Amino acid sequence: MTRPWAPGRSANADRPASAGLSGRTATRLGRRRLAATFARIRAGNIGPGLVTYVTAGDPDLPRTEGILRALDRAGADVIEVGVPFSDPLADGPVIQRATERALASGTTLAGVLDMVRRLRADLRAPIVIFSYANPILRLGAERFADQARDAGVDGVLVLDLPIEEADQFRALVASRGIDTILLLSPTTSDERLRRAASLGSGFLYAISRLGVTGARDAIADGAEEMVRRIRAVSSLPIALGFGISKPEHVREVGQWADAAVVGSALVNVIADAGASLDLNTRVEEYVRWLKS
Amino acid sequence: MGSDPPVFGRRDPDARGYFGAYGGRFVPETLVAPIEELTAGYLAARADAVFRDELDGLLKHYVGRPTPLYETRRLAGDLGRKGRIRILLKREDLTHTGAHQINNALGQALLAKRMGKRRVVAETGAGQHGVATATACALLGLDCCVYMGAEDMRRQALNVVRMRLLGADVRQVDAGSRTLKDAINEAMRDWVANVTDTYYLLGSALGPHPYPLMVREFQSVIGREARSQTLDQVGRLPDIVVACVGGGSNAMGIFDGFLDDKDVRLIGVEAGGERIAPGRHAARFAGGSTGVLQGTRTFILQDEAGNIELTHSISAGLDYAAVGPEHAWLRDLGRTEYAHVSDAEALEGFQTLARLEGILPALESAHAIAYTMKLVRDVADGTIILINLSGRGDKDVQSVVEALR
Repeated sequence: MTRPWAPGRSANADRPASAGLSGRTATRLGRRRLAATFARIRAGNIGPGLVTYVTAGDPDLPRTEGILRALDRAGADVIEVGVPFSDPLADGPVIQRATERALASGTTLAGVLDMVRRLRADLRAPIVIFSYANPILRLGAERFADQARDAGVDGVLVLDLPIEEADQFRALVASRGIDTILLLSPTTSDERLRRAASLGSGFLYAISRLGVTGARDAIADGAEEMVRRIRAVSSLPIALGFGISKPEHVREVGQWADAAVVGSALVNVIADAGASLDLNTRVEEYVRWLKS
Repeated sequence: MGSDPPVFGRRDPDARGYFGAYGGRFVPETLVAPIEELTAGYLAARADAVFRDELDGLLKHYVGRPTPLYETRRLAGDLGRKGRIRILLKREDLTHTGAHQINNALGQALLAKRMGKRRVVAETGAGQHGVATATACALLGLDCCVYMGAEDMRRQALNVVRMRLLGADVRQVDAGSRTLKDAINEAMRDWVANVTDTYYLLGSALGPHPYPLMVREFQSVIGREARSQTLDQVGRLPDIVVACVGGGSNAMGIFDGFLDDKDVRLIGVEAGGERIAPGRHAARFAGGSTGVLQGTRTFILQDEAGNIELTHSISAGLDYAAVGPEHAWLRDLGRTEYAHVSDAEALEGFQTLARLEGILPALESAHAIAYTMKLVRDVADGTIILINLSGRGDKDVQSVVEALR
């Protein structure tokens, strides 16, 4: 049975493979970068872990570069770089709007990977590419894996690529030293949790509630129980996301998970700052506040 | 009729929902468990004689099936082939609610009830699927919420009123091109947030497995009836079957009855819009390539970066960027063919059928009429063409008046 992720089956399979191999060194480090980060968090040296998400290209890619540097300075432990896609069906209104702004500024997956390559050496935090399946499929899964390796990407999370569809993709990126981050949801059965535990790498991303992305006032009731279910079957680090926006949330989550993920709330800060000159300062202050 | 092939399970995709290289389940993790629950629920229901009998009874007494097979009287003559070719219409426009969507909506609403869900969400483009879903929910006592693009609400205002009269909560979608694709995104977001008590009643042979299979099987009643009616009324099978293709459920429904009849040509007609250029049409096989959209791998309209292109068609029901995965597979196998006609040609088909046969077709179905009008120039004497007249055109009168102005 042919699968869309099989090498050579992509729509652009006839394109020449990426020539550059300059990122190999960065990649060798990359495999260790996520593991090393979570090891430091678990050692208790740096407080509760914080994973930050931004939509790349919002308001445009040059300013995203500045934002990523600000996140790193402020102490974000992992940086998720969202690839804008025209039909973000797992996202709430805040990230939908960010996606529209990013697409309007001409942002593409290829452009995002270029940006990461330029920045990689300057950033301490591991970088996870956060995407829907189609932009990756359009570029070609193997070509994507090559370019992500060359850019020094540490992990990849594909929102609409569940475990069943991910086998070949996981192998493609794993062979280039890149972790596949798997999502787990309150609806995920124990059997699937066990599969994810054996197939995932880097960390596991637990969704704290049913529904789309978006900031909430409080952590979902079942979140702690969900993390406990995952702990029972996996020793991988766990980051918990969806709805987190305040330092007390981060501290609370940090008591039972390895890290909290802040996405929509941070994207809101960026949207509010817009074109203003203190965009990076506001981002930096917000993340320092979250870590406080 | 005792030797008929089994209704269900005859052509299932593989266990992961693939028809060849197309289909699958490209969904966020939260939807995996509900989709597995749905698959199990559907496979159990279709094997249950009680479920099938209840659906058959409703299709007969409530929907009005079997729908007639009508042989046109003046159309062939007007096209210069009087007495030399025969054109038949499968009259899905005569179902309760006026389009084929009711076959699927009733089947899935019964399934929702059987699975213990109390609330149904659906998307709609032209509004026919929304009306059919609102109808089925009223009949079965289910809460109904329908997402519809703002642009579609404007051009199909009559159907918005119908849905609300039927008790449905119609919610306007302002994202993207404000048409069917955006309504599906919003319906899926609703489902993700409410999976425990909500059933997503998808309207075409699209989306993640098991929808393409399930919707096709609920629509296959069209093809079964049409095949046996053609044999009864004409004495032989048609040479060509023509149907419009948006997501592709009416086409899969009628094609399904003839797939094993290798000499019957099966032609799907897509929306050519203004012209085959990005954003100006919805002909996926003419201007598209393989990709993943809304849960399934199939032919889609996309740009170089993998973003979905805007689409255009005078017909809201065909105005969609992806085609059902089974169509893509059957096309690869060489079993089906696809063509497209323009907005202007569809309008011509609409008016021609009204003037010559006294039937206002839906603008979707008018694409199949328009293509047939071109096709008849090239076919041999004695050819029999069967068209799936998938819905009636009352909903489109305002759009047609505007377009002709």
